[in-house]
Amino acid sequence: MRLLTHNILSSNIKGVTNGFPLGIEVEKVVEKQVEINHDFLRNIFPKIDWKAFSDASKIMGYVELPEEAPEPSVLDSDLDFLRKFHHALLELHLEEGALVCPQTGRKFPVNKGIPNMLLHEDEV
Amino acid sequence: MSNRPELQAPPEIFYDDAEARKYTSSSRIAEIQTKLSERALELLALPDDGVPRLLLDIGCGSGLSGETITENGHQWIGLDISHSMLNVALEKEVEGDLLLGDMGQGLGLRPGVIDGAISISAVQWLCNADKSSHEPRLRLKAFFGSLYRCFARGARAVLQVYPENLAQHELILSYAMRAGFAGGVVVDYPHSTKRRKEYLVLTCGPPSLSTAVPCGKGEDGESCSDDDSSGDEENQTVSISDRHRPRKKQKINKKGKGREWVLKKKEQMRRKGNVVPPDTKYTARKRKARF
Repeated sequence: MRLLTHNILSSNIKGVTNGFPLGIEVEKVVEKQVEINHDFLRNIFPKIDWKAFSDASKIMGYVELPEEAPEPSVLDSDLDFLRKFHHALLELHLEEGALVCPQTGRKFPVNKGIPNMLLHEDEV
Repeated sequence: MSNRPELQAPPEIFYDDAEARKYTSSSRIAEIQTKLSERALELLALPDDGVPRLLLDIGCGSGLSGETITENGHQWIGLDISHSMLNVALEKEVEGDLLLGDMGQGLGLRPGVIDGAISISAVQWLCNADKSSHEPRLRLKAFFGSLYRCFARGARAVLQVYPENLAQHELILSYAMRAGFAGGVVVDYPHSTKRRKEYLVLTCGPPSLSTAVPCGKGEDGESCSDDDSSGDEENQTVSISDRHRPRKKQKINKKGKGREWVLKKKEQMRRKGNVVPPDTKYTARKRKARF
């Protein structure tokens, strides 16, 4: 599971109002090379919740991202930033671990990179 | 006539390892799924500006449809309820992220993040109550509601469905409308029982040119499209034009199947691993009528 997906996933449990962002428990992180695409990064940047994204990337072990979201104009000029953004967004994979609902603490296990988001009967 | 999968078992049980195997080994299934995915992407009508979008593949299964999305240059996130099918997708090392989840429980995605969604042969599974705790209407409501919420402005969903009957078709449509979607149904090859395919094209945002529903494909180039339905009224009806079946036409013979077709078929069989006689100058030679 990439941080791109983590950034848009929220806890779907009944009664939970504050289900985003999900906490991350890391057991295994894998890095996979992906070709960089500037257009995609520019398109997705406004939709990313930066705080959740930079916190998550730190948990995954990547500390190069800035704390504050940079100005959108940076995307056009700063290649170095784009590379870091790309790396954290698309190249870091959580292979084994869990996602944690911020409100209830319920864990969604992640196996082989696939988070199990199936809710139990009483959570729907 | 084979029984519908939806009537045999819930999807997480029906799509077990054996069934999932078929999705790797059967070239026929792969071909059909690829065609459906390509048509769905076509109907999604994403702007042709070379900017990769973030799409959802609902009921992504073995990742066949996801691969089509990747080939078209977009990023995707796939959701499926079957562990076995997702394992097949993992083996294929698909580019998109996979989620093990039940669409009837709601998608659980943040608002305004998704640029589009496709679904191949999945949404009709919501119409069956597979557990005593299931109520299809609630599941449809949860699915369409969460889908609508996670869409960015102007995003579309193209859902290829196999409704069992008209009632199911109406049910799916009505819950889509209630969630706030506009759009209609595109039917390809409406008169052919075998080739007929239904695509639900859903748009959100104010009705405009972009929300006009495209035409379906037909045998004689006839188009078959539905009216736009607008806005938030309950009890939306989407009219379906078509239904007068033509008189049984003369069987259209392609004047037999030419040499090219035979050679292509033989190549396919060879690829599958069958024993095939070699191609010679006698292959697909015209034989005497009494052969």
